[in-house]
Amino acid sequence: MAEKFINCRGLQCPGPIVRLFKEAKSCDGGDIMSIEATDLGFKKDIAAWCKKTKNELLSLEEEDGVIKAKIKKVDQA
Amino acid sequence: MDSNKKTLVVFSGDLDKAMASLIIANGAAAMGNEVTMFFTFWGLNILRRPEKVSTRKTFLEALFGWMMPRGAGKLGLSKMNFGGMGASMMKIIMKQKNVSTVHELLESARDLGIRLIACTMSMDVMGLKAEELIDGLEYAGVATYLGAADEASVNLFI
Repeated sequence: MAEKFINCRGLQCPGPIVRLFKEAKSCDGGDIMSIEATDLGFKKDIAAWCKKTKNELLSLEEEDGVIKAKIKKVDQA
Repeated sequence: MDSNKKTLVVFSGDLDKAMASLIIANGAAAMGNEVTMFFTFWGLNILRRPEKVSTRKTFLEALFGWMMPRGAGKLGLSKMNFGGMGASMMKIIMKQKNVSTVHELLESARDLGIRLIACTMSMDVMGLKAEELIDGLEYAGVATYLGAADEASVNLFI
């Protein structure tokens, strides 16, 4: 199980989810993706992205304008 | 209907509307959707190559080609364009805020496997030839778009 850090600070919509989508392709089921973004909309977007792509949102927090999320890649049947 | 498919008709050739449609399309692709964008009428100008391509055209076709913006970098705003000044201001602000340009969004769209379809009937009417448009396009008509739209859960006309 690998952990991948994805820095999306400074990227505007739809940058962070596009980047995350591409990075997720090279991850295996169970891998953790740790992502940081400064686009405020990302806080809601990441939840919607996880729901739609059926990945698991482990944690979501905001600290000094930086949104940090941890996502577990779920193997798609 | 497949909730994983989205279609967009890009009718407008305005900078702001091109951005909106490409951001939605890229976002949808990043959500795992199959996205089809159908470019028609003014929307075709978004797909033009920035450089001049010599083609055989009638006088009116050539005039039309000369009057329309040549590519994603030349589009104007739908509001407050002021002869291109508004668009220039918008581009400066977009750069400052690190917003992707229309060109970058198009690149990203191709990269994500979004289907970019140029409407051949509009191309004919506006005198635009395939050589004048960017690579990676499909050329088709309304039936192809409707076929895709039939299967999609979201269909936008911008």
